[in-house]
Amino acid sequence: AENEPSWETPCASLLVYVSTPGCDGFPSLDSSESYKLSVSKGSMLLSAETIWGALRGLETFSQLVGRDENGMYYINETEIVDFPRFPHRGLLLDTSRHYLPLKAILETLDVMAYNKFNVFHWHIVDDPSFPYESSTFPELSKQGAFNAMTHVYTASDVRSVIEYARLRGIRVIAEFDTPGHTLSWGPGAPGLLTPCYVGQGPSGVYGPINPIVNSTYQFVTSLFQEISAVFPDFYLHLGGDEVDFTCWKSNPEIRAFMVQMGLGQDYKKLESFYIQRLLDIVSSLGKGYIVWQEVFDNDVKLRPDTVIHVWKENDLQYLNEIANVTRSGYRALLSAPWYLNRISYGQDWIKAYKVEPLMFEGVPEQKALVIGGEACMWGEYVDVTNLTPRLW
Amino acid sequence: RYYEYIFGHSRRRTWGRWPLAARAEPELFQLQVVIEAGDPGCDRHPQLASSEAYHLTVTEPVAILKAPEVWGALRGLETFSQLVHEDDYGSFLVNESEINDFPRFPHRGVLLDTSRHYLPLKSILTNLDAMAFNKFNVLHWHIVDDQSFPYQSIYFPELSDKGAYSSNLIYTPTDVRLVIEYARLRGIRVIPEFDTPGHTQSWGKGQKDLLTPCYNGGQPTGSFGPVNPVWNTTYNFMTKFFKEISSVFPDEFIHLGGDEVDFSCWKSNPEVKEFMKKQGFGIDYAKLESYYVQNILDIVSSYKKGQMVWQEVFDHKAQLKPDTVVQVWMANNYARELSRVTGAGFTAVLSAPWYLDYISYGQDWKKYYSVEPLNFPGSEEQKKLLIGGEACLWGEFVDATNLTPRLWPRASAVGERLWSSSNVTNLQDAYNRLTNHRCRML
Repeated sequence: AENEPSWETPCASLLVYVSTPGCDGFPSLDSSESYKLSVSKGSMLLSAETIWGALRGLETFSQLVGRDENGMYYINETEIVDFPRFPHRGLLLDTSRHYLPLKAILETLDVMAYNKFNVFHWHIVDDPSFPYESSTFPELSKQGAFNAMTHVYTASDVRSVIEYARLRGIRVIAEFDTPGHTLSWGPGAPGLLTPCYVGQGPSGVYGPINPIVNSTYQFVTSLFQEISAVFPDFYLHLGGDEVDFTCWKSNPEIRAFMVQMGLGQDYKKLESFYIQRLLDIVSSLGKGYIVWQEVFDNDVKLRPDTVIHVWKENDLQYLNEIANVTRSGYRALLSAPWYLNRISYGQDWIKAYKVEPLMFEGVPEQKALVIGGEACMWGEYVDVTNLTPRLW
Repeated sequence: RYYEYIFGHSRRRTWGRWPLAARAEPELFQLQVVIEAGDPGCDRHPQLASSEAYHLTVTEPVAILKAPEVWGALRGLETFSQLVHEDDYGSFLVNESEINDFPRFPHRGVLLDTSRHYLPLKSILTNLDAMAFNKFNVLHWHIVDDQSFPYQSIYFPELSDKGAYSSNLIYTPTDVRLVIEYARLRGIRVIPEFDTPGHTQSWGKGQKDLLTPCYNGGQPTGSFGPVNPVWNTTYNFMTKFFKEISSVFPDEFIHLGGDEVDFSCWKSNPEVKEFMKKQGFGIDYAKLESYYVQNILDIVSSYKKGQMVWQEVFDHKAQLKPDTVVQVWMANNYARELSRVTGAGFTAVLSAPWYLDYISYGQDWKKYYSVEPLNFPGSEEQKKLLIGGEACLWGEFVDATNLTPRLWPRASAVGERLWSSSNVTNLQDAYNRLTNHRCRML
């Protein structure tokens, strides 16, 4: 017929070629995600160094396929050479402020894959609840979860998340935030948190993890031993943000410790004392760590491969922070301008899009230390009923 | 459906447990619903003047829900369903209670916008359910606007043929009837809004020569402005169109819009300028707008329908009918506007502080809850003219993927403010009840 389009030979298959095997492994910070996509008459070839690059290329390919009014699938001739600008492109979900059912997490991993995200930062526990079922310390979730039967992540759930993510080239980095943000740990681990005092006697209220007792460090060692085994990624996120010193200051034993150790009135030094030991413990377990920026700001001694997570936003100050972090030789992750939980009216995606992580004064070697960023969806006002439309 | 709401999501069913042996406490066997009026109204549509009062006595062995009209019985059923709770063993409990309840304001509405984004029927019906849970009684259906015309008109099928986003993103007469009936069964009035003369770009696609052609330097630019107030054909069209609307929508009121009319296109059009001169309007285009609006008000009046309008119609001094309802939406100094509207003797509906499409971070429900609608300077008689309010969810950034979590439970704060008495203001208490209510709605 006259107006029939001149179809080329229909393409029946997309050939996927991966040069380095690794389908059974886990993606890492250093994994290559580059790929080449070649679509021409009668042949479609996707080639990548690693399987992770092939996954990214498949996603691109799926976006190139169109469908016309007659229901015919078509694709334009195309040559694509692609690779990510930043190797750490993450999303934070908070399952402590509100529990998120497994299905919601898996669905989020799907959408992350559509957007080439490659890190799932699982902020799994915090003050309000402890949904992580620990095999070493089962009381933690028994006492600390919103509901120990219905609002927990079993070992099997955790494995499901890790595998579902892996199949999409997504690393799972678990965050067990200490010494602050730990109220839910208290009920299941008596003696772990600092008892706050009012006058001479305990008030019944608890504060951050008690940094002066040995039992704390025994507990932390055992717990992180388990966590290191459960989560295969090299990195763990250790938190370290927003430690409120009031409770420590109220506790006479802690005050005595401060005097004993010559820390004066500087409770930041006490926080650092704890963090230092925590980092050493985690290091000895063979893991690398990511910490929130306070740990860097408070002059804790860090390992050179520590990643500092920049989150405080006041007026583009975060760019200064990144400059400082990278000037000190540490790698930086940016989240400050990407707190997606802070909703606002209208097309606020534009503000997020315009962020330029490298817009700070620094030499190229410094800029290379910015390994990427993470969009954060804190859970104070988010649960399964509104997660997806709020995030995407 | 209330039986399902109360007992349907029983933990007992999900856990498969059997009930314990009969307890020693008194048992409630039955809820009797008595509608007192000679004509209960079950086959009719709710109206502004309908009674929604009810009296609920919960005592063993039979509880009694009495209401003058069926609409009150619906409100009482909702309350009863909120009183029943399930304990950890799967038993259903209700406290002995004596409740005498009626709404503070008779017009308690939610505005949905199906023009900026089409909303599938299911979305609208789910929303009507949620409204019933919160004793809302008006669905203000902002059905068409600039962006799209999804209303399938019987007299003018081209309007949606050419004006809808696509042929399957429309509301057929059957769809419309379904919405109206689903609402009616929940005691909810459906007030459609066909907003003119502004907000009408989509009308021009299917109705040639309805909108004003804009000019630039003596030549038509090809773009169009508000409805053309100068041509007779406009009023012929509107007469026929509103005849259909008046028969399709049974409520006594139709919302005619009248907001945000941009005069620049009118000002550019030579015929319009000529008309302005002839009418002696000078360069006051508000007078032209009022001329148009008054004609529409007359047309709709002739079909025995009351009219609701946005505040500009009042502000620009159009001559309104005595029972025209003015909807106050501009946030700036709305209390003063309420004084002016009611001071001039017109009934008012408040929306200004309740634009729920303006999302923000955190517990913004508190802001909505804290509004006191009668906080405006005026006499007792004036304050009686404020008949209620509407939570508005404009559709620029809303469609079926996010409607429900965006609107609820924030709108519940507005629902309580409009139903409950003025001294129910404690935020902490409201928070406790709201969190429970939200879980119940889920």
